[in-house]
Amino acid sequence: MDRRKSIKALVVGTVATGVLVDACKPTDKKENTTASAGLDDRMDEEKKYLAKLEKEEKFFTEHEMATITILVDIIVPKDDVSGSATDAKVPDFLEFIVKDMPSHQTPMRGGLRWLDIQSFKQFEKSFVDCSATQRIQLVDQIAYPEKAKPEMVQGVSFFNLMRDLTLTGFYTSEIGVKDLDYRGNVPNKWNGVPDDVLKQYKLAYSERELKECASYS
Amino acid sequence: MGDLQIKKQPKKYDAVIVGSGAGGGMAAYVLANAGLKVCLLEAGADYDPAKHSSQLKNPWESPRRGASTKFRPFGDFDGCFWGWEIDGEPYTMAEGSDKWDWWRARMIGGRTNHWGRISLRFGPKDFKRRSIDGLGDDWPISYDDVKPYYDKIDKLLGVFGSLEGLENDPDGIFLPPPKPRLHELMIKKAATGIGVPVIPSRLSILTKQINKERGECFYCAQCGRSCKAAADFSSSSALVQPAVRTGNVDVITQAMAREVITNNEGIATGVSYVDKTDMMEYQVSGRVVILAASACETARLLLNSKSTRHPNGLANSSNVVGKYLHDSTGAALGGVLPELFGRKRYNEDGVGGMHVYTPWWLDNKKLDFPRGYHIEYWGGMSQPAYGFGFGMQGMNGKYAVNGVKKDAGGYGASLKEDVRYFYGAGVGMAGRGEAVPRIDNYCEIDPKVVDKYGIPVLRFHTTHSDYEIKQAKHMKETFKEIMHEMGAIITWGGDDDASNNYGLANPGNIIHEAGTARMGNDKRTSALNKWSQAHDCKTLFCVDGSQFTSQADKNITWTILALSMRASEYIIDEMKKQNL
Repeated sequence: MDRRKSIKALVVGTVATGVLVDACKPTDKKENTTASAGLDDRMDEEKKYLAKLEKEEKFFTEHEMATITILVDIIVPKDDVSGSATDAKVPDFLEFIVKDMPSHQTPMRGGLRWLDIQSFKQFEKSFVDCSATQRIQLVDQIAYPEKAKPEMVQGVSFFNLMRDLTLTGFYTSEIGVKDLDYRGNVPNKWNGVPDDVLKQYKLAYSERELKECASYS
Repeated sequence: MGDLQIKKQPKKYDAVIVGSGAGGGMAAYVLANAGLKVCLLEAGADYDPAKHSSQLKNPWESPRRGASTKFRPFGDFDGCFWGWEIDGEPYTMAEGSDKWDWWRARMIGGRTNHWGRISLRFGPKDFKRRSIDGLGDDWPISYDDVKPYYDKIDKLLGVFGSLEGLENDPDGIFLPPPKPRLHELMIKKAATGIGVPVIPSRLSILTKQINKERGECFYCAQCGRSCKAAADFSSSSALVQPAVRTGNVDVITQAMAREVITNNEGIATGVSYVDKTDMMEYQVSGRVVILAASACETARLLLNSKSTRHPNGLANSSNVVGKYLHDSTGAALGGVLPELFGRKRYNEDGVGGMHVYTPWWLDNKKLDFPRGYHIEYWGGMSQPAYGFGFGMQGMNGKYAVNGVKKDAGGYGASLKEDVRYFYGAGVGMAGRGEAVPRIDNYCEIDPKVVDKYGIPVLRFHTTHSDYEIKQAKHMKETFKEIMHEMGAIITWGGDDDASNNYGLANPGNIIHEAGTARMGNDKRTSALNKWSQAHDCKTLFCVDGSQFTSQADKNITWTILALSMRASEYIIDEMKKQNL
């Protein structure tokens, strides 16, 4: 157990009793369950908080989640570069994030209901029961802040929020990071901007930079 | 009944150190290597970057994709436990005070695990500000007194940079700096074009290996997560661990210091603390007591250590403990470089910080504010985290995407194309400047509030003066010029004006707080002498930011390390002479 090795330097004696007790608390045993994989970088308080969140009931109802599932794939569909938001499990991310950040709950719940009310007004059906064409007709009324009608502004706010959270959930997923083609997060040696990029922007390193900056063969 | 007791540790140490950050870690390292027996108390948890860092994790390995929490305000992968608010440990603000933001790390190594590694020596002028502009006070020491320690630290811990021969930004013993990134080349070109110098930054990151114990940087840009290879300076990996390896250090984590114990003669003889794991009280004795709990926590400890010999708090016959509290000033703005839209992808991570920066370059005599600031820069293709992609409706209607004009907002494959197109074109800059220390900026003990351990908490009383506000105005004007010269569009921070102090950050927000037990030659107006030793109590030393007589336009960490090494060598010397 890593914890034991790391407390080798800690005092043995009256004080260490407290430290060893901490290392052997019952919560340690709970750690070896589902979500504990990869939690070695977490404080005890974070682990407790995460365990509490996982025990909570789901926030979104089935109907809300069905609506969300359709919306996220309208915002981020499969294209010739990468998969869709549902491929990247964005709905799961949204369920977690509203519990982690409760300030999102009312805007999301209220926005989803607002959308359904509009849907009933225009098509006499809820959003999930509309046809694909009808759904796009609705979305088009709230997806363009600079063109939306005044009575649609609440929908615009809601759609901005959905767009924000969907893009963030997608582009921080494995599929999304690959779509973006972020090349970092891997051990390497930085030898400067590639030559073809320097040429593209008509820039160059100075003689001094070439001589004195770190370079690796 | 006898549940709650005060247990006295039988072992008597040469030194009891409170706090394992830069100051405390350095003291432990120096003293332990000299053969002294050291007890190092740390209020927070054990932390070893090699085991506990989130380095090289992918965004999707955090359920919140790296968003911040109260546990980790700088982000879910950040290498710092706690920050602005700690459960059960409140602090208060006096009436009429600006909001004071107080950062408290609770872990071995403290905030040196996640800091920006900006390692700037103070210059000769920085020790003698009163002599220059009549404000504040001079230090009782000069650059020449500290230079030998800066030299030793550069070699011991490693810092990269370039030899520039600047009068007040002394050169160090440098490792080679990394080549500028693309946006940094553009910043350099634009800024130097309008007379603002841009030189390689000076960060304590190992671009070349310096010893067997620590690795070489592999450019993942995640210094903020703390480094598993110890290729950047964290007190945990670079000081505390080697200190422990001498066999002379007992580290006690989860130990919240309550007060410094003094004897009938008023000599500091140890520290009493509460063990947070069993909530029992303990006392540990030492020939010297070294406080390095961070500037405000050290002041708090001193003020809470009242006795008949020290009725005003320990080391406080001058009444300055808690006073002259200052932090770096901070103001920032940022935007996009349309020239970088649709950019070619490559690994642009680099180190976890800027490769270039701007040291203070003007003559304050010609300006309407007395002290300077340096400029930090950022931008580029960084790892996506929570917040990525927010606000696309503010971008994709303003700029044609791949030549096609679109309506702002939208959705679909077109939106994905927008995200890819704008990625990596952001740029930003921030000033970090020197505030003038004032006696009416202070923290004191709140007479009504205790934390969950029963330790009286701090109440803050801090406001910015005109000097800082004018400095922030100058920062914004300078940044706008640089951005304009670069062809960048400002998207945030450009609308600040006098009504919001030009976006000047709250005091404390820059997390360089200092001054609360300042050094001086006169014991009526200072708490410590030039050896970081309390005037009133020769066995008490303060080696964190509390000792700073003034701040400089430079971050204080490298100077904390130098002064702690200097004080520790003094302690060893004094013990040899039997003065301690």
